[in-house]
Amino acid sequence: MDELYVGLVLVPTLIGALAAVACALLGNFLILRKQSLMGDAVSHVVLPGIVVAFIVSGSMSVGPMLIGAAAAALISALLIELVRNLGKVEPGAAMGVVFTSLFALGVVLLEQSETRNIHFDVQHALYGNLESLVWLAGTQAGALFDPEALADLPPQLGRLVFSLLAVCLFLLFFWRQLVVSTFDPVFAQALGVPVRFIGAALISLVAIVAVTAFEAVGAIITIAMLICPAAAARLMTNRLIPQLAWSVLFALVSAVAGFWAAGSGMALLGSGFSVSAAGMIAAVSGIILAICAIAAPQRMGARS
Amino acid sequence: MKISPTDSDAALAVRGLSVAYGDKPALSSVDAVFKQGRMSAIVGPNGAGKSTMLKAAMGIIPTISGEALFFAKPLAAMRDRIAYVPQRASVDWDFPATVIDVVLMGLYRRLRPLSLIGRSQRQMAIECLEEVDMAGLASRQIGQLSGGQQQRVFIARALAQKADLLLLDEPFAGVDAATEKTIITLLKKFVKDGGTAVAVHHDLSTVAAYFDDVLILNVRRIAGGTVAAAFTEANLAEAYGGRLARDTPMTEAHAEPLVDTAT
Repeated sequence: MDELYVGLVLVPTLIGALAAVACALLGNFLILRKQSLMGDAVSHVVLPGIVVAFIVSGSMSVGPMLIGAAAAALISALLIELVRNLGKVEPGAAMGVVFTSLFALGVVLLEQSETRNIHFDVQHALYGNLESLVWLAGTQAGALFDPEALADLPPQLGRLVFSLLAVCLFLLFFWRQLVVSTFDPVFAQALGVPVRFIGAALISLVAIVAVTAFEAVGAIITIAMLICPAAAARLMTNRLIPQLAWSVLFALVSAVAGFWAAGSGMALLGSGFSVSAAGMIAAVSGIILAICAIAAPQRMGARS
Repeated sequence: MKISPTDSDAALAVRGLSVAYGDKPALSSVDAVFKQGRMSAIVGPNGAGKSTMLKAAMGIIPTISGEALFFAKPLAAMRDRIAYVPQRASVDWDFPATVIDVVLMGLYRRLRPLSLIGRSQRQMAIECLEEVDMAGLASRQIGQLSGGQQQRVFIARALAQKADLLLLDEPFAGVDAATEKTIITLLKKFVKDGGTAVAVHHDLSTVAAYFDDVLILNVRRIAGGTVAAAFTEANLAEAYGGRLARDTPMTEAHAEPLVDTAT
């Protein structure tokens, strides 16, 4: 195998794919719970969470970031409930109010703090920087078996592996609780399912995935991957497990095709420059959704 | 005969139950006893707190005061013996699941995490579907069912729980005549075999034919006991006010106010 290819293409593609799959898996449940906007909201409020965590801990290490992000997500979920009940507004409006204000707070905090000096700016947070997550040591022969070279892998790779693993373990161990409380929350409560805990765990996982994906691939791809692959998958099948499988497939196709199209694809078209990989991945997932909406077997109007 | 909530043969005894939505009282210090081996109806006008009483007893919504005892024990100790059937309209039937998937949810309390559904459990779910004449539709997507078929699926899921007490929230609301007959026949058999059924019911014209006991509710308890003793014109007039209760059309079952279905 071409070592240059491994280091400069395979590693960033893998990072994009991990982020896409982790988001897509959770996205299925957000869509079924009519909480798609919650994914959007959580990915936004993660920003102030990260900034506060940085200010408090003074480090960019993963632990404080994850705690900050999860705490911000839970606080925002609580605030949304509070605004909904006290302000007597509909849930969508409550989410809109809470996540835009918290995101704005994050931006202000970011401007005021030292954070912006350490490769952490708003643009980075929005678009990510997938192309820069290369594995330079991987361009040498035999790097896959060289511990020193392996230590040079982008740290985002390990964090996303951790996130995806957390998502998979949650789905595996809480599958029945999650399905019952998503389909019929009243019945689930009567069965003694900890419905609130499951809901909070789902939102916290969205936050954890969002913070790791954010840093690697940016907010746009995170939000797109939380919605598009799962929404497209819902149009392919009427059963939950096949729907999850389709969403994973769509996420992988988006990541691989998007990364390729952003770089080599543009070059093939004769363009002298490449476009943002994260943007292209999100765009591909949108195209897949559009195709499914037009031609998938279970789309509206196609069902018997 | 005076009914005391401490009756030892009660499948469900509720004492002093009060619930409010915001500052609006939904239930005010309600006492009620539902005896084992009986079929009981909870009736009352819209917003009377009928569904609320079942939900509060099952711990689904918070209560202000009062307690509910199942077979003389708290809910936590008796959950395995109780099957709750929510209102059909409370779920999104576009969920990606088949009929048998929904029935298998009734097995939840008997399955460990990570365990797979076995052949015998699948067979048991099919048998529950046979009871409601739905076995032929086991692999159908639930979004393709009629209202009556959806209700039958919910009943089959409750049967799969193998409970001794069925709590049903408007089981006959908006279902076809054939489904209503299937469900009432099934419930009568269930009670005859020693089970207990308590149903929130809207159609006053069928109370006498379907039920043994009745609880008449309008935020507070109006009357309760056997249908013969409690289901009187005077009690109904008190619960429904000036409205001609016996003319209440069945379709009104759909028009429950939001407060009654809020969770």
